Order: sequence, then structure tokens, then C-alpha cells
Amino acid sequence: MHAFLAAEGPSAAIQAGGWFLENVWIIPAIMACSFAIILFFGKRMPKGGSEIGIAAVLACFVLSLLTGAQWISEVNRADNCVAVEISEGKYECESHEGAGEQASAFGEVLGAAEEESEGAYGAGLKAVVSERTWWSNGGVNFTIGTMADGLTVTLLAVVTLVSSLVHIYSTDYVAGDRRFTHYFAFLSLFTAAMLFFVTSANTLQMIVGWELVGVCSFALIGHWWEDQANSDAALKAFLTNRVGDMGLLIGMIVLFFASGETWSIIDINKLAIDHTTSHTLLLISALCLLTAVMSKSGQFFLHTWLPDAMAGPTPVSALIHAATMVVAGIYLVARLYGVFFEGLSIAGSSINALALIGGITTLVGASLAFVQDDIKKVLAYSTISQLGYMALALGVGAWTAAIFHLFTHAFFKALLFLGAGSVSHAVHSFNMKTDMGGMRKFMPTTYKTFLIGSIALAGLPPLAGFWSKDEILVGTGGWGFFEGKPHSNGAYTVMLIMGMITAAMTAAYMTRVIYLTFYGEFRGGHHDDDHGHADAHDAHHGDPHESGPRILWPLRILAFLAVTVGFLNLPPGFLGLPKGLTERFGHYVEPSSAAKYFPKINHADPSWSLAIFSTIVVLSAVAAAYWYYFVKVNRQSPAATELVNGPTSRSSVLKAGHTLLKNRYYLDHIYDSGKPVPAVGAGIVASLFGLAAGSALGFTLDNGLNQAFLPSLTWGLSLGTVVFGIVGLALSTGVGVASFVKKPLAWATNWTHENLLDATVDQVGVRSVQAAEAVYKHIDQGVIDTAVNSAGAGSSGAGGELRRLASGKVQQYGTIMFAGATLLAGLMIIII
Amino acid sequence: MYLVQFLLLSAVLFCIGVYGVLVRRNAVLVLMSIELILNAVNINLVAFGAFNRDVGAAIPGEVFALFIIAVAAAEVGVGLAMVLTIYRNRKSIDLHQVDLLKG
Amino acid sequence: MMPAVLAAVVAQNVFFYLIASIMVYAALRVVTSSNIVHAALYLVVVLAGVAAQFLLLGAEFVGITQVLVYIGAVVVLFLFGIMLTRAKVGSEDNLDHDNRWPAILTAVMLVLVMAYAVIDFAGDSEIAVLDQSETTVQQVSDAIFSTYIVAFEAISVLLLAALIGAIVVARKE
Repeated sequence: MHAFLAAEGPSAAIQAGGWFLENVWIIPAIMACSFAIILFFGKRMPKGGSEIGIAAVLACFVLSLLTGAQWISEVNRADNCVAVEISEGKYECESHEGAGEQASAFGEVLGAAEEESEGAYGAGLKAVVSERTWWSNGGVNFTIGTMADGLTVTLLAVVTLVSSLVHIYSTDYVAGDRRFTHYFAFLSLFTAAMLFFVTSANTLQMIVGWELVGVCSFALIGHWWEDQANSDAALKAFLTNRVGDMGLLIGMIVLFFASGETWSIIDINKLAIDHTTSHTLLLISALCLLTAVMSKSGQFFLHTWLPDAMAGPTPVSALIHAATMVVAGIYLVARLYGVFFEGLSIAGSSINALALIGGITTLVGASLAFVQDDIKKVLAYSTISQLGYMALALGVGAWTAAIFHLFTHAFFKALLFLGAGSVSHAVHSFNMKTDMGGMRKFMPTTYKTFLIGSIALAGLPPLAGFWSKDEILVGTGGWGFFEGKPHSNGAYTVMLIMGMITAAMTAAYMTRVIYLTFYGEFRGGHHDDDHGHADAHDAHHGDPHESGPRILWPLRILAFLAVTVGFLNLPPGFLGLPKGLTERFGHYVEPSSAAKYFPKINHADPSWSLAIFSTIVVLSAVAAAYWYYFVKVNRQSPAATELVNGPTSRSSVLKAGHTLLKNRYYLDHIYDSGKPVPAVGAGIVASLFGLAAGSALGFTLDNGLNQAFLPSLTWGLSLGTVVFGIVGLALSTGVGVASFVKKPLAWATNWTHENLLDATVDQVGVRSVQAAEAVYKHIDQGVIDTAVNSAGAGSSGAGGELRRLASGKVQQYGTIMFAGATLLAGLMIIII
Repeated sequence: MYLVQFLLLSAVLFCIGVYGVLVRRNAVLVLMSIELILNAVNINLVAFGAFNRDVGAAIPGEVFALFIIAVAAAEVGVGLAMVLTIYRNRKSIDLHQVDLLKG
Repeated sequence: MMPAVLAAVVAQNVFFYLIASIMVYAALRVVTSSNIVHAALYLVVVLAGVAAQFLLLGAEFVGITQVLVYIGAVVVLFLFGIMLTRAKVGSEDNLDHDNRWPAILTAVMLVLVMAYAVIDFAGDSEIAVLDQSETTVQQVSDAIFSTYIVAFEAISVLLLAALIGAIVVARKE
């Protein structure tokens, strides 16, 4: 039995331990204390409280690294030992040498099993859970506690590192702001909340952390709330997230009851994986939780708040709306992966709601990033697109790839945001077309780091983005379809294609950003002339200049990481590297299925051909964009931003597409006002909605989806198109749709109007008038008037009498009420 | 002791309270009368609890009496706040003059 | 019946009627007194009487809470209310409405209906003799914090809401 299972992986898991892993609560607690101290004493500190925040977050970073190191050493310990069952379901580690002797004491059978299992695999490792009951009622224990495993320590490291750099960066970026202390207090609170969220051991705590990060996001987006647009954006973010939070609450409650009244993440996962929990309930809760993921992680079609959230200070965008908070949804899925894996039947199917939404999001985000003029908005849509990538990866069963992408994305996206912040700090604007251009001359360091970030995002080897993106593409298992090889999970070929298109688009729009921001001719600097006091502000507003060291060093550190972190998870067998050097990330982060709270996931084989193909795709996209901007636009004029006679002005189809993108698929129109939207937008939105909802629906209807890719897609498309097509039509209120059929329709209408309707109406009119006259003479004057008059007189009289009752004195009313109640009670007694 | 003793006492107190609510012109006095009504209910609860002690009803009766005490405290707080507001706006708490509902 | 038990029953009945008559009298004075401060003090008597009835019924904890909360807090609150609204401390005519007679009629009708219903329902039900049968505080608290925890939490929220509400309503703009 042992030997058999050993072939698939460790059959047993030992309990991890260690001071840092057990006391991981200290990390969020430090940040919470920092928040309180900054809030109460920050204003009186020489640096306005920022020193407290930086000290606290650095301490947290060191602690996180120590925690991570301890987890790694625990994994190593488990690798080098054999799990020996000391009591029912409980295993202890035995070292290689001791194993033989111990085995004889336990008997031959067990010994033989260990001989087998110690060959290639060690033991699995269980997460460290330390929790305390704070309330118990009706047999349900409500606990508070922490859970530490590879995923937790990864997130801890990412959050604290990015947060530290953002803290340092912010001391320069928001220097002199009137709410400087408030800003740092909320940075601390946000970090505390996020750390609390990722260390939580039960779903209840996750809800609390989830809401807390939402509140901090709200407060920081609206940091400059004097501007109406900013406070609107904050409200929008908050309200959009509320939509998803309903899903979160419902999903968590369903999970709670579905898994026998437990909040524990590990128990919920365990019960989901061993099929104790009803599949229907798992599906329902997974879909509910999916709405939460859609809102928090900016998935289509609840993503509209994220670009607006860029109204907050740029470091906040880097920390919250790119690197950490928005991945909370991804983390939620990764944490409750048992639920999603079983609920959505990820293994073996070829389409599911999570993967589909991820795929659509990644395409929508990437396409919208093309048409933005605001550099932060480009990055915001890019974030949406990359979050979609992660959701897609989770949806196809590539768990490690998703988390690895989360990890690398946090670094290069934070780098890009901070770089954008650095540029805007110099030119006092985010608009690439009017205020930037040629910045590489003025800001060489920012330029270099931004370029590195862009290449990493575009996914060119050997930078970080390449490795994680490639793993996701491999993980879809779709490449096997083209290679004719057996694939890992389901064959998510559609997802592979979506991911590939996105990769190309990402490379292209990042090339556009690089050109508009750093190449061509500087287009800014005209603000001063407008106001006619250029001299007074020359020192500040002359030529843009490079930012200070507190901005540049975080950029350099992140650029270094954006280059290197990809090597943490080299594919197995890469360049003949030994096993100890490849797949380190996956090895340490992915929970062992032997620990029973993580599903058995098949890993796709890495493919050279796919890697080369995707690189070619990316390179050709870069080349196309390069040709357009660096060659054609630049030749036209160094200050130009678009071709005067470009493709969008020549082709009406492209023009329409451009307008559609400019209007962000009209989603905001629908959400904001419900005004009639142009038919094209409505139609496309309707079909996209239809695709998403319909596929989910089709999936739900078709339980045995393993062999049912086509039926479910057909179901989905037809149902979705019908349902949402109607909605779309209703939304467009026929205005635009009619334009296709306007002329014939107008003619037909006119003819009908003149020949049929008018004649009828005329006849009806004449007869009506005659009838009305008769009625007036005989009935109205005679009968009705009398009736009305007498009714009026009667009412008036009765009202005069009753008026005395309506004295306005409550106690008089009370007397009547009590008397009436008493009479009724007496009646009831008599009758009964 | 008979159960009916307590129930009758409660009924009498209740009706006195109702009378007070209906005739008093001073808002504070109305609130006091409401307290009488609530206490009458409490006596009922505890008496029924004691009467059914052998089937374990004593505890629920008392617990709910406690809850009513808490609710009554809250009610007095809010009620007096309202009375103060009325007083501040009209310089009087005579319910006779509070007749905005007059038709 | 054992003589000792009989004595206890007699004593209980004596005390019941004594306290009950004081209570009814005091309650009548609450609703009829022309001096508002006197009315508040009569209310104290009624509330203390209720507490005493609770003790007679073996509900010690409720009785003590009644004294603490009502006489200790609620009545003081009433006196504050009386003073803050500058009622005359002396007697005052005109504390009653002119609809006294309908109100008396209603109240008497109500008491008759209720008395009939009560006697009809529980005419000769006897409350078991109180020997060792009072509820302990532990039992009450166990019940509150296990079976009735949800109600307890609701009450907590209610009190908070009342607190905030009272502040908001009574605050000067």
C-alpha cells in the first residue's frame, strides 16, 4: 500500500514545526501596533510617523524571511526522512539512518514499505496551524489562529518586501503632503490586514482580513479626497467590492455548512478533496467565491473599479492595486483550492468558470491597455490582464504556476508602477501623450529599470515574467493538443490560445508605453507657459530631472528581483541542471497532497517547443509595435504619438474597435447610468457576458464534463447569447440596432403610418367624438354629476364629524387602540 | 401559592400602566408608566417559569426577564433622549401640545 | 402537609398579598400623583415590590438585577429627565388629559378581560412549594451564554444602538 502510493508522491505527511512558523501572528501584530502608534503619536514624531512604519515593516520583512527559511528547512527535513506512523494518522520523521532500526521495531511490513518510499520521495509536510478557541457555541468552535505553509510564507515575503520598498519610496513621493501621517498609518494598517489575511487559519478570519484590506484600499484611493473624482473612485472601488463581498459571505457560509460546520481552511479542503462534501454545494460555494475573486482581483466584469483606483497615490497603486491586495482573490482560490478543484471539476475538464473568466479577463485587460493615454491606467489594465492570467492558471490546475506568477508579477508590476510614479513625479502628470516623451534622457535610471520591468512583464527570457508565464501556458495542457502528447489535467486548449494572444498583446502595449514615455520628443513642460510664471517655478518645473535616491533604490532592488526571481522555478530537467536546482519554488511552496488538504495535481511536462513558440510570438508583437512607433511614428515627427493617417483612421472596423476600447467596452456606462449604450458596445458586452455566464451555466448543466467540452460550450454559447442578447438589446434600447435596418424600417414605418394607421385613426376619431357627445349629454350631465356631488357632500359631512377624532393627540389614538384591542380580546374569549 | 395570584397582580399592574400611558400629559410620566407595563410582563415570565420549574422552564423565564430589563433600560435611554429633544424644541414636554398629527 | 412547609406557604402568601397591595397602591399613585417627583419615588416602590416578588418566586438573580438596574439606574435616569426638563418640583395640576374617563373605562375593561382569561386558564394551578428550588446564578449564566447566546448578542447590539441613538437624538446641533 505504501509502496504503491509512493510512486505518486509522498504517502504520508509529517507535521512541520518551529518557532517562527508557530508564532507567525507576530508579523501582522507588529504592523497593527505600528498603525496604532502612527495614528496616535505620528504627528509628533520628527518624520511624521514614517520612521515607525518603515522600522515595523522592515522588522516584518526580516521575520518573514526567517519564517520562510524555517519552512524551507522543514521541507528539507521532510525530504530527507521517512514518515513513521506513531499513532493513527499521525506520522513522525525518522532520518534515513535511523529508519532501518526503527522499522524492525515496528515490524516487517512497515519496514518494507519504508524501504520503498525512501527511495525517490521523502515525506509530505503539514502546514503549521496554531489556533485558540475564543468562543464556542452549540458545538461549533470559533477559533483564531494562524496557518503557515509554503503559500503563506511566500505571500508574507512578497507583501513585506513590496511594502518595505513602498514605504521607503513614499517618504519621498508624498513628502510634504498634508496627510502624510495619515498616509503612513494606513499603509501600516493595510500591511497588517494583508498579513492577517494570508496567515489566517479559518475562513472567518479570511473574511475579516478581506474586508480590512478593502477598507484600507478605500481610504488610500481617496487619499486626496478633496478632488471629487478621487472620492468617487474610492466609492466605486468600495461599492464594486461590496458586490463581490456578498458572494464571499454566501460562499463561506455555504462552505461552513457544507463541510459540517467548520471554519477551518484545512478541514474544509480535506473534506472537499475526499468527496465528503456534496459536490453541488462545493460548486455553489465555488461560484459564489468566484464573484468575490472577480471583484477583489479585478476579473471581468467587476474589474471596472481597478483602473479608477489609480486615483490614489502611485506607491499605493503599486502596493495595493498591483502587487498585493488585488491578489487576495487569487490567494483565496489558492488557499481553498480543494474547494475550487473539486467544485469546478478542474481536473479532466476542458473548460470551467474560473479558467474562462480568467481567460476573458486577460484578453479584455490587455486590449484595453492599448488605448490608454494615462500611464497608470495602462499599468492598471495590465494588472487586470495579469490577474486574469493567474485566475486562468488556477482554473486549469496549474496551481504552482499561478502562485509563481503572482510572485514574479508582484515584483515587476510594483517596479513598473513605481517607475511610472517616478516619471510622473518629474513631469507632474500621468498623461503619456501630452506630458511625457523622451524621458530617457532626463531619467536614465528610471528608464532602465522601467525597461527591465516591461521586458519582464512582456515575458521575454530570461527575465522573471517569462518563466512564470511559460509555466502557465504549459500548465494549460493545451500544447499537448498540438504536439500530440498526452497532457496533464484537462486539455485547456482554448485557454492556451487566450494566454498566447495576451502574451503578444502585452508585449505590444508595453512597447507602446516605452515609446510614448521614454522615446520621441519631450512634450511636457508647457504648463508653466500657460500660467505665465515660468521663472518663479523654474527650479521645479524646468526640464524634468531624475528622482532622488529614496525613489531610485526601490526601483533598482525591484529591477534586480524582476530579473532574477524567475530562476527560482526553472523547469525540471532544464539544461541538465540537477534536481536540487530546478523547480525550487514549486517544491517549497506547493503543499504536499500527502498532507490531505491539497488536491493531487498533475504537473504538465515543460516543453521546449512551446517556450520557443511563445517567445517568437512575443518578439514578433514587440517588432510590430516597434515598427509602428519607433519607426513610423518617429519618422513622422519625434513629438508625434500616433500616426496621423494611421490604421484606425483608414479602416472603419479598426476605428469602431478603437472606439469600443476607448469606451472600455461600455461597461462603466452600464454600471453608472443605465443610459442607452450604442448597439455595438451592448452587443459585444452581451456576447462576452453570454460567453461567461453561459459557459458557467452549460458547465453546471453538464455534470460529466470530462468528455463534454463541445456540448457544454454549445450550451453555454446558445443559452448565454439568448439570455444576454436580450439584455443587451434592452440596454441598447434599439437605438443602435436600428441603424442597421434604419432605412427599410423607416420607409416601412412611414408607409404603414400614412396608409393604415392614419386612416384608422381618423375613422376612430370621428366615431369617438360622436359617441362622446352622446355620452356627455345623457350620462355625464345627468347621472354621474349627481352621484359625484352627493358623494362629495357625504364625504365632507362625514369628514367633518370624523375630523374630531383626528385630534393629533397620540394618547387619544392610543385610547381608541387599546379599547379596540380589549374589545377584540373580550370577543375572542367569549367565542373561544 | 397559586399561579393565578401573580398573574392577576401582573394584569392589574399592566392595566395601571396602560391607564398611565393614556392619561398622563407629561412625557416622563408616560415613560414611567411604560416601565410599569414592562414589569408586569416580567412578573408573568418569572411566575410561569417558577410554575413550570419541574419541566425546566424556570431558566428561560428568568433569562427573558433579564433581557426585558436590558431592553427596558435601552428604551428609557432613548425615550428620555427624545423627551429632551422635544423639550429643547418646544420648551415643554406636554404631550397635549404635541399634535403634529392633527388632521 | 408538614407543619414547617405549611408555615412556609402561609408566610409566602402573607408576604405576597402584603407586597402586592403595596405595589398596586404605589402603582396607582404613579399614574395619579400630581407631583412628578413623587410619582418617580412611588415608581421605586413598585419596582422594589416586583423585585420582592421575584425573590418569592425563587428568582434571586433577576430580583437583584431588578434592584440594580431599575432602582439603581433607570429611576435615577428618570429623575435626571425630570430635572433636565425643568418640571415643577412641587405639585402640579393638569398632569392628566381630559380623556381620563375613556382611559379608565379602557383600563378597567382590560383588567376584567385579562382577569377572566387568567382565572379561566390558571384558576387552581399551584406553584410548587419552594424548598431548595431557587435558580442559581450559575444556571442562569450558563443558559445565557449557551442556549440564548444569540439573543444575548442581539441585546448587546441593541444596547449599543440605543446608546448611540440616545446620543444622536439628544445632542445639541
